[in-house]
Amino acid sequence: MINRLLFFWPLLLLLASSVFAAEPAELLSRPVIEGHNTPTNAYPEPRATSLEYLDVAVLVLALSLASYFALRRRSRRALFVLAIFSLLWFGFLREGCVCSIGAIQNVALALGDPTYGISLAIVAFFVIPLGFTLFFGRTFCSSVCPLGAVQELVTLHPVKVPTWLDRSLGLIPYIYLGAAVVFAATGTAFIICEYDPFVAFFRLSGSANMLIFGACFLAIGFYVGRPYCRYLCPYGALLKLASKVSRWRLRIPPDECINCRLCEDACPYGAIQPPTVEQSDTDRRAARLRTVVLFALAPVILGVCIWAGGKLGVPMSHLHPEVLLAERVRLEETGRAEGTTDASDAFYNTGRPREELYASALRLHDQFTKAGYWLGAWVGIVLLVKLIHTSIRRRRTEFTADRGNCVSCGRCFWYCPAEQVRLGLIDGVEQALEIRTGTAATQTTADK
Amino acid sequence: MSQDNQQLDRRDFMRNGTRTAGAIFLAGFAGVVAGRKGHADETVWQIDPDVCVACGNCATYCVLDESAVKAVQCFDLCAMCDSCPGYFDLSHQERTTAAENQLCPTGAVLRTFIAEQAGVPRFEYYIHEPDCIGCGKCVEGCAMMNGSLYLQVRHDRCLNCNQCAIAVACPSQAFRRVPANDPYLMKKKARAAVASRGAEA
Repeated sequence: MINRLLFFWPLLLLLASSVFAAEPAELLSRPVIEGHNTPTNAYPEPRATSLEYLDVAVLVLALSLASYFALRRRSRRALFVLAIFSLLWFGFLREGCVCSIGAIQNVALALGDPTYGISLAIVAFFVIPLGFTLFFGRTFCSSVCPLGAVQELVTLHPVKVPTWLDRSLGLIPYIYLGAAVVFAATGTAFIICEYDPFVAFFRLSGSANMLIFGACFLAIGFYVGRPYCRYLCPYGALLKLASKVSRWRLRIPPDECINCRLCEDACPYGAIQPPTVEQSDTDRRAARLRTVVLFALAPVILGVCIWAGGKLGVPMSHLHPEVLLAERVRLEETGRAEGTTDASDAFYNTGRPREELYASALRLHDQFTKAGYWLGAWVGIVLLVKLIHTSIRRRRTEFTADRGNCVSCGRCFWYCPAEQVRLGLIDGVEQALEIRTGTAATQTTADK
Repeated sequence: MSQDNQQLDRRDFMRNGTRTAGAIFLAGFAGVVAGRKGHADETVWQIDPDVCVACGNCATYCVLDESAVKAVQCFDLCAMCDSCPGYFDLSHQERTTAAENQLCPTGAVLRTFIAEQAGVPRFEYYIHEPDCIGCGKCVEGCAMMNGSLYLQVRHDRCLNCNQCAIAVACPSQAFRRVPANDPYLMKKKARAAVASRGAEA
């Protein structure tokens, strides 16, 4: 018993001193011992950034190859092999970090916080795929992005998503993009990385939430082609915009379209647009009226979105740890909350004045309110453009890949009978059409 | 037909214009962002030991199976106590170094007898890094005394994730980005202790 008391004496002393003195306790001095030198610690350096620049080189090479395979070589097989390479290199070998999707946030943070030093490699990862997409379409998605590649592999039994659902869900990436930029620029969190479904697989390690989230996406990916790319990926939203004005684009038939619909069935991503049928006069009048009403409603929709965005500012600011801390400290100061939390303990330990914390939290509130208005405006514009885009009819005489939605996977032209003729695999397109209607069930060349 | 062609031409014109504008914007944007780099160094994740409350999240939230966070001993701050609250489990019954009396769940805190001064034995405490899981139990214990043990991200292990999973889980905002050319942080008092020894020597 005496032994134990003796053992605890420094502790008791410390407790006593902390009760009586507001100042932190005196440190026990380190004894000086003859012949004993104080050891020193080793501080290993961070990993070299040179690999990042190798990544940029691989990225440029892969993008060039992907564009060549999709637009010139027209080879689905080459694209597939490249996708597997990208999955191995950017995914498993480089462990999925940094990627172009996450780079959005680094760029946003660099713009929002001048003290943040962004790596040039990350800037390159953000800009280069966008640049390529402006000229060659979304070849990045086809076989360079490891997240796209892993979903490409599991697209085994794709079903057609109803158009209304596809278009509605297609709005999510734009909203997600806006939110990610807001949270990154204010230094709150990198939500794209936090909710990256596949990075846990690339590292073969990660929290249970990450693994379950990823497993869900892969399971859905069996039936719905590329669910992350189509309905969540914020970088995909940017690429979609760039792809709409691309200089060259993937063309399905090598020469003339025979309107056989095989490509439409082959596309697991719902990106093939069929030729339009001639509209009746009443339909045309209705469509015109709808467009006029939409344009008239535009200011209202935009106004509502901006107003709602402004309302969202304060709730969004609660995701920032500084704001949460300030509120907790305020509650404790006014006696409305009992005890302390880890966060408030840590805050008191630092000796930082409360007023400074409150001021910083209020500044963040303002920032978030402002950002909320911008986010609302962005969502409003996206919504309007989408609505107007849906109501306007375009005239098409052949099956084409939608400029925005096509990820250049190459399935469509691989299934195109005219392409099979070009490759010398079948004699004429009639043969393929017979297979489609089932009159020549034994013929298999066009199926494979 | 001619109307169709005109429409196509107009659409192509719009597309070309937008593309050129987009390319110029993208190049300018990249320039601006890259230009900002001039203000600051690239960053890595680190724990501010003055803010850290040794909650234990570092051991479990790191994406690596074995956390990149390890305990570090600031020897200049350590008082070489015999009854080290960072080494012994305070609820232990006997004063032996048997495993059940040690605080560290993996036995990564080692101690070596150095000398006896005025009847008081003095020990040097080391962290055997391969065994350390970054749970912070020793850090919490040591905080009752000098607080010479503290947690740090070891950069030979850290993947430098874009969003550190521990930083998300950290209850005290102790994780922050620090310049990559100065990637370790020390406690204020540890800095003072190291500086005073430097001044003596």
